[in-house]
Amino acid sequence: MADPFPGPSPTGNSPSESASTDALGREKAFRVALIGNPNTGKSTLFSALAGVRQRTGNYPGVTVEKKEGRVVMGDRPFVLIDLPGTYSLAPRSPDEMVAVDVLLGRRDDELPLDMVVCIVDASNLERNLYVVSQVLELGLPVVLAVNMVDVAADRGLKLDLARLERQLGVPVVPVQAHRKVGLDKLADAIAAIPARVAKASSSRVESESSAQQLPGGHAAARVSPFPEAFQGEVAALERLERNAGIPVLPRYLLERLLLDTTGYLENSGLPGVTPELLAETKAARSRLALQGLPVPGVEAMARYQWIAGILEGVVTRPKQRLVTTGDKLDRVLTHRVWGTLVFVAMMVLLFQTVFWMAEPASELIDGGKSWIGDRIVAAVPEGALRSLLINGVLEGVGGVLVFLPQIFTLFLFIAVLEDCGYMARAAYLMDRLMSRVGLSGKSFIPLLSSFACAIPGVMATRVIENPKDRLVTMLVAPLMSCSARLPVYTLLVGAFIPDRKYLGGWFGLQGLTMFAMYAIGVVMAVAVAWILKLTLLRGATPPFVMELPGYKLPGLNIVLYRMLERGWSFVKRAGTLIFAVSVVVWAAAYYPRDIERVAPELVKRQANAALAVARLEARAAELGDQPPQPPPTPGSEATTGSGKSKTNSGESKTGSGESPRASGEPSARSGESVTANSGSEAHASGSEANASGSEATTSGPEDAASELEAARRELEAADDLLAGAMLRHSYLGRLGQWIEPVVKPLGWDWRIGCAALASFPAREVLVATLGVIYNLGADEDEESESLTQTLRSATWEGSTKPLFNVPVALSIMVFFALCAQCASTLAVIKRETNSWRWPAFTFVYMTSLAYIASLLVYQIGIRL
Amino acid sequence: MSRTAAELRVGERVRVARVDGLDEISMRLLEMGLTPGVELELLGKAPLGDPLEFELRGYRLSVRIAEARRVAVSPLSGDS
Repeated sequence: MADPFPGPSPTGNSPSESASTDALGREKAFRVALIGNPNTGKSTLFSALAGVRQRTGNYPGVTVEKKEGRVVMGDRPFVLIDLPGTYSLAPRSPDEMVAVDVLLGRRDDELPLDMVVCIVDASNLERNLYVVSQVLELGLPVVLAVNMVDVAADRGLKLDLARLERQLGVPVVPVQAHRKVGLDKLADAIAAIPARVAKASSSRVESESSAQQLPGGHAAARVSPFPEAFQGEVAALERLERNAGIPVLPRYLLERLLLDTTGYLENSGLPGVTPELLAETKAARSRLALQGLPVPGVEAMARYQWIAGILEGVVTRPKQRLVTTGDKLDRVLTHRVWGTLVFVAMMVLLFQTVFWMAEPASELIDGGKSWIGDRIVAAVPEGALRSLLINGVLEGVGGVLVFLPQIFTLFLFIAVLEDCGYMARAAYLMDRLMSRVGLSGKSFIPLLSSFACAIPGVMATRVIENPKDRLVTMLVAPLMSCSARLPVYTLLVGAFIPDRKYLGGWFGLQGLTMFAMYAIGVVMAVAVAWILKLTLLRGATPPFVMELPGYKLPGLNIVLYRMLERGWSFVKRAGTLIFAVSVVVWAAAYYPRDIERVAPELVKRQANAALAVARLEARAAELGDQPPQPPPTPGSEATTGSGKSKTNSGESKTGSGESPRASGEPSARSGESVTANSGSEAHASGSEANASGSEATTSGPEDAASELEAARRELEAADDLLAGAMLRHSYLGRLGQWIEPVVKPLGWDWRIGCAALASFPAREVLVATLGVIYNLGADEDEESESLTQTLRSATWEGSTKPLFNVPVALSIMVFFALCAQCASTLAVIKRETNSWRWPAFTFVYMTSLAYIASLLVYQIGIRL
Repeated sequence: MSRTAAELRVGERVRVARVDGLDEISMRLLEMGLTPGVELELLGKAPLGDPLEFELRGYRLSVRIAEARRVAVSPLSGDS
């Protein structure tokens, strides 16, 4: 391994930060940045080095993800910082500026770096060394990790890495990150740097010489790749700064200023960029152009020339270019016909798998939810706490978890496609189509993923480098009909769209309606993307200059790791917000609980009914009469259940003095829903327990039975009315009535408005909310016959006019197809854009779009 | 007569003469290695005719026709 500080040359002025101890003499963590081209296995190397102790976050003000890991190498603490993959350190946007600022120690929120590990792809050293040549100029100690040496060997390339180490002057370590080969050597190479830095800075004290030396001192042997004339101009600019008394930019940034013809750096608010300096910069550019060194071409020319020199004798290519399996595969996969077919098949497979494979897992989570609900019911007494735990906390957590199977399945797919190199081909194949709306091929996969769930879709936009393209994709992704809309569509289509068949049964009206809901999302997404690209996010068409990386077998570890990493980051970030919103919506539907004050007659009626039932049951028990079982139909059981948490008064009276209900619970009830296991139902089973104890039968069983039957019906009715009144007088209900004038033009009454409001955390909540609101158990699902029936028979309050008809059902469906009723998606947009502005924008535009569209559907629908 | 990389036949190998333009796109093309003198081969076109797939410096690069027009090319000298 070469000494990174070759020769006895005077060492540079090491910045105090790279001293190995802090002011108290403690050993402080050595800060190491990891940088390299995309598709070089950088993230894999980072995870392999950093292990499990990673922290992710965002750099403030930009959308760049910040990833740090703490490790001990050679008995010394290190902090590894994963910088975004890049082909060049030439900042042209705030996002790209982050890496440069971190590398130059210019960020206030970051400690300065102590060294850099560059990772390069062994099979393509030429282009990979471009960014390395830029990093070397920053003056930090560098270790070069040459990854995928096995792939290079497969392509018939012979690499002389010892020679590369000599010519480059920094330690070079061959690795295979995905197989964890060579990582120990790399760790050794990194761990050796601090001691050398310390030695270098101590020897610096003796030879305090030229201040122009690079920090870290190791770069003495390195010469700038730029021609002398160019270096002369940079030096002149530096003198100008010094003479004018303005802050002197780091040499690297001054070079960038001279090279950046896009105008980004000029206007980026760098200190010391005065009009005078800019004028001189422009003059320098014309002088260089006259000497045949045109800016910006001179940089690429100079660097690639330097690279050619470095690589001389390092890479030996086979005489005949080997046609690898990857080459043959590529001919098929990018073929006009075969490529398209494979692509379509791949996408159908992806979509179907996410859609259907996620279902059993989601059911499992639902099952777990009701199991926990049962435990809560058993352990927590009736009241606000139980309601909070079940309807707030459990629903909230469940609302997060229920997305997980889809998210993980999709992330698994994406990770496989990324790792094997197909992702770039998909973008290549779709680019033409996507460019029609001003996006690029890279937006395709995120949008397709959003049909399963917008959350992974939004997260998948990270592959899009262009910030505006990425934002547009993120903003329209929630318009794709995700799987959470499916329960809403299924319920309403099944209940209200006639089951007509056309063309010999091939096309059904129900199926077509479903398809129309998906289509409206796509059409709107295209329109919105197009409008956004023309207005708010206008900008030059971003270049589509994309590397098509070589194919390789996806590594199981990498794929699983990426899937878990992204899935977990969703749980952490979005989960907390969804949870909070669920609790807020629960509280709005539960409080203020002043029902005794606003509707005393209902409370009284319900209590009387409960008393009557209890009395009759007690009498029946006394008489030894077997009381008739409560009606066994699921609908009425659920109805009884809805009295839950709203029948305290009645229940406590009837329940007193009775045996614990668990003892006499008939087995038929074991399958009951969580919510039905309480309230008015409890006293019924309690009395059954009593009744089953006595066997004697006396006269008049029919009369007593029918009397009890009537009393029970009265109790049910009273429970329903009370539950309805409670919702009506809850904050949510009041809000619902307050917005009724707004939703009436859509064909909705205040209860549908309420359901729409309550389903803000997640769309699929609509089904459960409709169930509660129309006085059913909260445990309804979309296939419940009784909910379908109840919706069909629901009427406008105070009239017999049916509430739902085809236009109303369509208007609700269209609203849910286009609205932003998904706290998770908004949370994830907030996380990805690092600002509240874009989730707010998404919510406003989607809600407006949804409102206008369902208004049109309803108003046109009722006139047809 | 000067041709651009957008006008190549599939399988044709040429040399880059220069990249026009001072904006981000041209800078990106240069950074990706499309510097004067480098050899370039058109490997194929996407199903809808755009973008194009090139081979240069031992790797594959995909660019749209619009971007490829900025790259002026010249025939390989007789040695090829």
